[in-house]
Amino acid sequence: MATTDHGVTSPGRAHIEARTLRQDRWWQSPLATFVVFSGFVVFATIRAFMGRDYYATPYLSPFYSPCLGDCVEGASDFGQPFAWWPLSAALIILVFPLGFRMTCYYYRKAYYRAFWLSPPACGVAEPHTSYSGETRFPLILQNVHRWFWYAAVVVGLVLTFDVVLAFRPMPAEYALGDGETSGIHMGLGTLLMLVNVVLIWLYTLSCHSCRHVVGGRLRHFSKHPVRYRLWTWVSRLNTSHGRWAWYSLFSVAVVDFYIFLLATGRIQDVRFF
Amino acid sequence: MAYDLKLRVWRGDAEGGDLTDYTVEVSEGEVVLDALHRLQATQTGDLAIRWNCKAGKCGSCSAEVNGRPRLMCMTRLSDFDPAETITVTPMRTFPVIRDLVTDVSFNYEKARELPYAELGPRDPDGKRRMMQVDVERGQEFRKCIECYLCQDVCHVVRDHEDNKQHFAGPRFFIRYAELDMHPLDTHDRRRLAQDAAGLGMCNITKCCTEVCPEGIRITDNGIIPMKERVVDRKYDPLVWLGNKIGLRNRDDDGRTEV
Repeated sequence: MATTDHGVTSPGRAHIEARTLRQDRWWQSPLATFVVFSGFVVFATIRAFMGRDYYATPYLSPFYSPCLGDCVEGASDFGQPFAWWPLSAALIILVFPLGFRMTCYYYRKAYYRAFWLSPPACGVAEPHTSYSGETRFPLILQNVHRWFWYAAVVVGLVLTFDVVLAFRPMPAEYALGDGETSGIHMGLGTLLMLVNVVLIWLYTLSCHSCRHVVGGRLRHFSKHPVRYRLWTWVSRLNTSHGRWAWYSLFSVAVVDFYIFLLATGRIQDVRFF
Repeated sequence: MAYDLKLRVWRGDAEGGDLTDYTVEVSEGEVVLDALHRLQATQTGDLAIRWNCKAGKCGSCSAEVNGRPRLMCMTRLSDFDPAETITVTPMRTFPVIRDLVTDVSFNYEKARELPYAELGPRDPDGKRRMMQVDVERGQEFRKCIECYLCQDVCHVVRDHEDNKQHFAGPRFFIRYAELDMHPLDTHDRRRLAQDAAGLGMCNITKCCTEVCPEGIRITDNGIIPMKERVVDRKYDPLVWLGNKIGLRNRDDDGRTEV
């Protein structure tokens, strides 16, 4: 009898050589995750390192917001404290949303399955011979998810501010028709940024750490009715946390790409008013 | 309408065994356990199966159907194509005793390592009181029928026999969570859950939730909240600062670490 000293073929267990007897297409989901996440990582890396074409009045790409480095005119609404930074300004702030998503409980499930095959799917043996989970460096750092959530709330506020700015009256050179420049403006970019920030907030507020912080940590809901109510709201959002994670990932990429097309002059913004 | 079902059943014991093919007549509306019972009654009188209620409430007939941990009594034949061969094996995480019966004593050993609730003093009238909203939270975990499918599918022990010593598993993490959320319990099990029970080994890939026949949201409502409670105790700078400057969460008052 061929057995090894680990896994489903361990001595004493039912002797079955196959690493799984599943007959469905269990590999589809991790494969799709692998392809889409890899595509996003390549796209985001290229855009983050480009260091240009991230601002098209009045739109600022979410990859570069807040723009704290040596940014183009009009992009820095919070000053340029890192003007000395020699690389792309995106690299200064992307660590926060990136860290938030990397340590997110949903993303962890997704990439542990799709990238690390630990396990690739339920009931499918993983290829590794040893496993220590999140008990050692570097994976023990997953426990700092809450720190990144604190930062993600700040980033969410900044992106919300960006959306408000995206309604700004346009300068004369961008004016419609008879040259009017007064009143608020709205274009397709504004709409995309608005949708994006809504999805970002849904993702941020449905976070498991948020659920814990607002009320989950309590043992006596009855003594904290307001926090209990907040917890029930976040719990409702939390059931779709994975969906918000995917949607907001796409929306960030779409907004950035739209602004890239505007900034490079490939397209003109669609103006609603 | 009756038809001939092709079954492939693992037969053997700890010394060895193999998948054996059978054909058994089944009827509309039957479940996998019905088919195995007919097989046992008509062809293989010595086939070992553990079962009891046939209603998905006793948690006895746990096995793997086409490689997926399932209760045999809750797996309808109508979910499969009549021409399909259905493969039934024992749970692959636990030592096999014979045929589809496994030795699940690992779980009872882990249960014994978990300190039970230690309630505080009674009210002056001799009663203990909990508000309904506090009681309700733990009720989801009380639905557990201890079928141990979550333990079976958890790759931490399924794929790594050596982890069994240091890992309690999802069934007991929801027990830790339930007790940690208990409004009257005086034990603080956060360190125990992280160190002795191996909560940090869990990488929240959610297979336990996927296979739970009771639909308990093991990961979202049990394991992750318990991980967050451990973070409160060990990794959150704001909680640490709150404790230092007196803005402490008094909800945990009266608990002692075990």
